[in-house]
Amino acid sequence: MSEETPRTGTDGPDGTGGTGAPEDRAPEFTATGGDWKDVVEQAANLGEERIVVNMGPQHPSTHGVLRLILEIDGETVTEARCGVGYLHTGIEKNMEYRTWTQGVTYCTRMDYLTPFFQETAYCLAVERLLGITQDVPERATVVRVLLMELNRIASHLVALATGGMEIGALTVMTVGFRDREVVLKLFERITGLRMNHAFVRPGGLAQDLPPGALEAVEEAVPVLTRGIRDIEKLCNENPLVKARMQDVGVLDLTGCTALGVTGPVLRATGLPHDLRRSEPYCGYEDYEFDVVTRDSADCYGRLRIRIDEMYESLKIVQQCVDRLRGNGGPVMVGDKKIAWPAQLAIGADGTGNSLDHIREIMGTSMESLIHHFKLVTEGFRVPAGQVYTAVESPRGELACHLVSDGGTRPYRAHFRDPSFVNLQAVAAVSEGGQVADVIVAVASLDPVMGGVDR
Amino acid sequence: MSDTPRAGGPGDAEEPRDSLAVPEPGSEQVVGVRQGMFGDSGSGDTSGFSELVETVAMPGPSARPYGGDFDVVVDHLSTALREAGEDIEQAIEHVVVDRGELTLRVRAVSLPAVARALRDWPDLRYELLSGVSGVHFPSDTGRELRAVYHLLSLTHGRRLRLEVTCPDADPHVPSVVDIYPTANWHERETWDFFGIRFDGHPCLTRIEMPDDWPGHPQRKDYPLGGIAVEYKGATVPPPDTRRSYR
Repeated sequence: MSEETPRTGTDGPDGTGGTGAPEDRAPEFTATGGDWKDVVEQAANLGEERIVVNMGPQHPSTHGVLRLILEIDGETVTEARCGVGYLHTGIEKNMEYRTWTQGVTYCTRMDYLTPFFQETAYCLAVERLLGITQDVPERATVVRVLLMELNRIASHLVALATGGMEIGALTVMTVGFRDREVVLKLFERITGLRMNHAFVRPGGLAQDLPPGALEAVEEAVPVLTRGIRDIEKLCNENPLVKARMQDVGVLDLTGCTALGVTGPVLRATGLPHDLRRSEPYCGYEDYEFDVVTRDSADCYGRLRIRIDEMYESLKIVQQCVDRLRGNGGPVMVGDKKIAWPAQLAIGADGTGNSLDHIREIMGTSMESLIHHFKLVTEGFRVPAGQVYTAVESPRGELACHLVSDGGTRPYRAHFRDPSFVNLQAVAAVSEGGQVADVIVAVASLDPVMGGVDR
Repeated sequence: MSDTPRAGGPGDAEEPRDSLAVPEPGSEQVVGVRQGMFGDSGSGDTSGFSELVETVAMPGPSARPYGGDFDVVVDHLSTALREAGEDIEQAIEHVVVDRGELTLRVRAVSLPAVARALRDWPDLRYELLSGVSGVHFPSDTGRELRAVYHLLSLTHGRRLRLEVTCPDADPHVPSVVDIYPTANWHERETWDFFGIRFDGHPCLTRIEMPDDWPGHPQRKDYPLGGIAVEYKGATVPPPDTRRSYR
C-alpha cells in the first residue's frame, strides 16, 4: 500500500528515522503496490504540484541503465537530470595495465554498438604516437573503413529499432534487429566475433579478410538496402511517428555547440559537420558520399538523418568492396617490432596461433621465438607524448586522448565518448515537454551507456 | 574570416611577436624517472636490468615558427588576450608542437580568459569543447595533475589542446562551465577520477563512481585492485601486481 511520510520525525518505515526539519523537504510517497488512487489523492490533498519521478536506472525505455530524474508538473517536465555511472567498469584504468596491443581488447567493449570505432580511434592514436600513420597498409585502412561503415549501419539500425520500440512501433524494432543480424553475421565471418572484435590493431589489422568475405558483404548490401527501405516505409510518412517526433526534443545549433553535441543531432540543425569530411582520416577523402543534413533540429530530423546515413554508408561499403577486390597485400605494417608475430588459424580445438608459425618458432628459429615472446609479453614501446584522434562514430565525435610515457603500456587513455557528451543535452531537449516526449527525446540522442560510463 | 572588424583585429596579427617560451634547443619536460626493466624492485634481480635508469620526458616547449597555421593561432590569441586586458606571456607558459598537434600550457588562473578569447575571437572561434581529460604525473613535483582540454573550431576547422597543471597539494583549476557548458560533465568526471577541483563549477559531484566512494581511481597512486585467480593449479596474480615491463 501507499503511505505518506510527511517528515514529522519518522523517515523510514520502521519509524526510527531522523528528525529533520519537516518544512524544507518535499513530502515523499512510497508506493509498494496497491492502489495508485490513494497516492494520487494524498498528493492532491497536499496541494503540492511538484513531483519528482525517478525513471530508471532499470527501465525499458531509458536505453540501458540511465537514470532520469524528472521533476514533473502534471504531464509537463519542468526539470530533467541524468544519473549515470551504473555501468562504469574502469576500462580506461585497466588499459594502463596492459600493453598497447591489448588496449584494443578493452576499448572495443566501451560502446558495445560501435566497437570498430573505438578500436580505430585508439589505433589511430597509437599509430600517430609511433609516427607510423603513413605506413599503415592501404588494404588495412580500406578494411577499417568497410568495417566502420557496416558498424554504422548496425548501430543506426539499433538506434531506430529501440527508438521505435520505445514509442510502440514494434515492427520497426523487429525489422531493425533483423537487419542488424545481417551485419553481425558479416562481422562474425570477418573477425570471428559478433562484438568485442579487437580486430583493428595498432599498425593494421589482426588478420586479412577470410576467403569469401567480400562476396558475403556484396550479397548483404541489397538485403540491407531492402531492410532500410522497410524502416523508411514504416517511419518516414507514418502519421503516428510524425506526431510523436516532429517538433519534439528540439536542440538548435547554438545549443549543440554549447553542449558539445555532435553527430546526427548536430547535423539535424543543418550544419554539415562530419569528421569524415572535415578532418578526413583513414582516407575518407577518397570516397564518394554525402553528408546528410536536415534543418528541423527535432527528433524526426534525427530519425531521417540516421536512415539516410545508412544509405550513404552502403555506398561507402560498395566502394570498399570494389577497392579490396583483386588487391591483395599486407594488412599490417612491415615493421616487425610492431606487427603481431603470429597469424591466427583454425585448429582442432578452435582458433589459435597458426601451426606453421608455432613450428617455425619452436622448431627452427630461436630468434623468432625470442622475438615472439618479447613482443607478446613485453609489447612495443611508444615514444612519449600525447595525441588526440577523433573519428565520426554513429553518435558523433568519438576521440581518444592517449598519453605515452615511453613505456610498453598506455600511460593514460581517455575516450571522449559521444554518448557521454550528448547525454548532457537531456535537460535541454526534454524540459518543458511532456513526460512521454522525454522517451522520444532521449532515444533521438541515442546514448549507449557502455560508452557513457566506460 | 572575420565578420566583425575591431581595433587590433586580424589586420595586425603579425605584430605581436611575443617572447613566449624560450626553450633551450631539444629541451624536454621531465615528468619522472623509470628504474629497472621489469618486476618489483628489490626482488633479488640478478639480471642487472635493475640498474637501468631512464628519465621519462614529454615533448618540451617549441620555438617559433610552430609551423602550419599554429603561428597564426597563437598570434590571434595574443591579440585577443590583449583586447581583453590580458598578457599572453602571463597567461601561457609555453607552446608545444608535437606530432602535428598544438598544445598551449596555460596558467590555471588565466584559463577562463584564454578559453573565452579562444571561443569569442572571430579568427579563433573554438566553438566546441570536445572534452576535458586528466593526467597524473606523481613524480612531476608541483605539477602532478593536469587537466587537458581539447577544443575544436567548426568555423576554421582547427584543433587545439590546452593543458593546465596543478599540484597534488592544492588541486584547484578554474572551471570553464560558464564558457563551455559542455565542460560540466567532463569536469565532474575529471574531479571524480583525479581529484582536481574545478572552482566555480555549479555542482562538482562524482559522476561515474558512487557518491560515497573514497579516493580518485584514475590517479597513479590508486591501485587497480583485483584478486588472484587460481587456474589449473597455478595462481594468476591481479594485473597490477604481476611482473611487468616498465
